[in-house]
Amino acid sequence: MKKQLKVEAIEHGTVIDHISSGQGIKILRFFALSEGNKRITIGLNLPTYAGENKDLIKIENTVFSQQQANQLALFAPNATINLIENFEVVNKFKLALPEQIAGVLLCPNSNCISHNEPVDSRFNIKQEQAGVKLKCHYCEKSFTATSFKELH
Amino acid sequence: MSNPIYNKHIISISDLSRSELELIVSTANDLKQNPRPDLLKNKVVASCFFEASTRTRLSFETAVQRLGGSVIGFPDSGNTSLGKKGETLADSVQVISSYCDAFFMRHNQEGAARLASEFSSAPVINGGDGSNQHPTQTLLDLFSIYETQGTLEKLQVAFVGDLKYGRTVHSLTQALSLFDCEFHFIAPAALSMPDYIIDELKAKGCKYTLHDHLDGVLPNLDILYMTRVQKERFDETEYQHLKSSFILNANMLEGVKENLKVLHPLPRIDEITTDVDSTPYAYYFQQAKNGVYARQALLALVLTNEFGDK
Repeated sequence: MKKQLKVEAIEHGTVIDHISSGQGIKILRFFALSEGNKRITIGLNLPTYAGENKDLIKIENTVFSQQQANQLALFAPNATINLIENFEVVNKFKLALPEQIAGVLLCPNSNCISHNEPVDSRFNIKQEQAGVKLKCHYCEKSFTATSFKELH
Repeated sequence: MSNPIYNKHIISISDLSRSELELIVSTANDLKQNPRPDLLKNKVVASCFFEASTRTRLSFETAVQRLGGSVIGFPDSGNTSLGKKGETLADSVQVISSYCDAFFMRHNQEGAARLASEFSSAPVINGGDGSNQHPTQTLLDLFSIYETQGTLEKLQVAFVGDLKYGRTVHSLTQALSLFDCEFHFIAPAALSMPDYIIDELKAKGCKYTLHDHLDGVLPNLDILYMTRVQKERFDETEYQHLKSSFILNANMLEGVKENLKVLHPLPRIDEITTDVDSTPYAYYFQQAKNGVYARQALLALVLTNEFGDK
């Protein structure tokens, strides 16, 4: 008999699916999803029909906003977000890169003034041929999304 | 009507349009030809050097005084209460800007001038923020090129030396790319122009060539912009092998175009031998002097409406 992976269905909440393998934990930290008492189911390195692996996060009683969905696009551009009510998918978010992201990422340039002054970090986001680049509003240096190791 | 940079912060060369760059250059030219010793009479300009930079500071302060303004400020933060009491830059800027009509600043951290502009009640002029921007250096370079060539357009420009870490060459390349110039980048592989600049040139359709030696490039140039190959970035043997490829001497200038001018942001170490100084091509000391006129132009435009939109 063929073995099947089971990830428990949720009644109300958000399912982030098709996260590139390895990004699930990062997204959990980025959105501080594990803070509080929400029930969360995480699947890492789950096999897909296409033969690749993916990560998946189910968060009960939490509704993702479009803004959060856009921020998610930085780390998991191929992810899908499904909002669940009564075990049914009632809405799907399309991910779109935001033009700017403020207050959530630390500038990887250790000599950037934003590290030690009373301001929010701010990055302008640009889709380039080589991938997504985040340009710091203050130090004007550009970084790929994978350059960000520390998150607020 | 106000000129487009009246009462504006000058933080990054990329904030300025082609017409604004032309306005600043033409104003520098006007002020060089026709001094205006009373233009900034009764204006107070703060000179805030959170990091020491003697030449840049003296050039800025001379510019203010040549226009009849008064200067307050400090040459480095080490001897001020700012450096010792741990006040944030944001708070310092709010207080200082309330005393003056404009201020220019130098800081060792990237982004400091941009941050200052968000807390300042007076226009901020960036005099260098870490390895990021030094827009007034680019403006004096542009003015020197315009002065010697009569145009900024369609010039053949070579940059030599440390193209990787030299913010001067990055900003000047970005500014000249607005004027359809053709670029020749001459550097050791370890110090070559960063990809993001090359990508920008490609995106704009600008022509450029890459070289690892000065030979063969000189005959067609209008501007030769020299910078220092930093010895500390190589081991001694490698440096000795490399350095002759990036040192300019007077003999190498035989057969160049008559209008060629050699520029250098200074200080020069040994990348231009002193026999070049007496050739008609050397222009680096006049270029340094032009820093005063370029900074006068900026102050005049930011603080007054005497010079209209071009």
